[in-house]
Amino acid sequence: MIEQENHVLVVFPHPDDEAFGVSGTIASHIKNGTGVTYACLTLGQMGRNLGNPPFATRESLPDIRKKELKAAADAMGLTDLRMMGLRDKTVEFEDDEYMVEMMESLIQETNPSLVITFYPDYCVHPDHEATARAVVRAVHRMNESDRPKLHCVAFANNTAEELGEPDVINDVTDVMDVKLNAMRAHISQTAWMLEDLEKRLGENDPEAIQWVTQERFFEYRFDQGYK
Amino acid sequence: MEPVKIDDVQKLINSFANKEVYIHLETTNGSYASHFDEKFFNAGAFIRNAKVEYELGKIIGDPPSRVGLKLGDLGWIYAQGITHYELDDKGRLLMAGHDHQGKLAVSLQISETPFE
Repeated sequence: MIEQENHVLVVFPHPDDEAFGVSGTIASHIKNGTGVTYACLTLGQMGRNLGNPPFATRESLPDIRKKELKAAADAMGLTDLRMMGLRDKTVEFEDDEYMVEMMESLIQETNPSLVITFYPDYCVHPDHEATARAVVRAVHRMNESDRPKLHCVAFANNTAEELGEPDVINDVTDVMDVKLNAMRAHISQTAWMLEDLEKRLGENDPEAIQWVTQERFFEYRFDQGYK
Repeated sequence: MEPVKIDDVQKLINSFANKEVYIHLETTNGSYASHFDEKFFNAGAFIRNAKVEYELGKIIGDPPSRVGLKLGDLGWIYAQGITHYELDDKGRLLMAGHDHQGKLAVSLQISETPFE
C-alpha cells in the first residue's frame, strides 16, 4: 500500500519523465484523494524522436509535447500541472541559486508531505541531474523537522552497486492501465519503446510486468551529497 | 518536412543571403548515448539565435547533404547530414538530418526573426 500523504510535489525536467517512473504512484495518490502537483521544467524542445519521415520540426515539437504533457496529466487525473518555462538541455546552465529558489517557492506554496524527483548523480541526463540537485538543496535548507519526505528515482548503471536496493517500492498494479495511458500520451517520444513493451507484456515477460507494476524510490541521503 | 530537393533548398538558402538572419545550429547524439553504450564518446553543439549575415550559402551532395554558409570575409557555418527541410508557416528555413531510426542528429535553421 502507498502511504497516505497530505500533498505530493513531483519535479522533473521533461514531459514524459513522470510517465516512466512515477505515473503509477501519482495515479495512486490521486486515487487516495491526495493532491498532487507536477512541476515540469521544460517542454522537451530538444527531443530527438522525430521520425523518418519526420512528423515534427525543431520548432513545432514544443507545442506537440505540451499537448502530450496535458494529455498525460489528464490520464493520471492530475489537475495541478505547472510548466516552468525552462528550455530542454539548458537546465544545468541556469543559475544554481535561481533553480533552488524555484524549488523553494514550489515547496512553500504547495506544502508537500512528499517530494518526488530524481536522485542526483544517479539520473543520467544533465537536466535530470540539475533538477535533482536544486530540489535536494531546497529541501536540505529547511529545518529538519519541517522537511517533507524526499523520494528519488535513480537509474544510472551504477545505481544498484552504489545505492543498493530501493528504500520504497510502490505496487501500482491496480493503476497499471493509467500508467500505460500516461506513457501512451507521450506518444511522440514513447512510440518505439511502447511497441516493444506491449509485445513483452503480451508474452507475460516478468521483467516487463515488474517494470509497469512496481515503482522504485530511494530516500535521499542528506549526509552523503548535495546541500 | 520533406526529403531534401537540392535545387529547391538552394533557392531558399539564396533567398536569405545578404540579410541579417538568426541561426539555429545543433548536433546531437542524445543525452543517453553514453548511458546505453559506456564506450560511446558523446558530443554535441547547440547555438540558437546567433545573428549573422552570410554572403554565400550552398547545399552540396546527395542527401544526406552538407550546407555551408560563408559569413563575410572571415566566418563560416556548416552542417553535415541534412536529409529534410521545410519553409515553415513563419517563413523560416528549417533543415534537419534524421538518422535511420528517425532520430534528429543535426539541425540548421535560418530565420529573419528570432526563434522563440
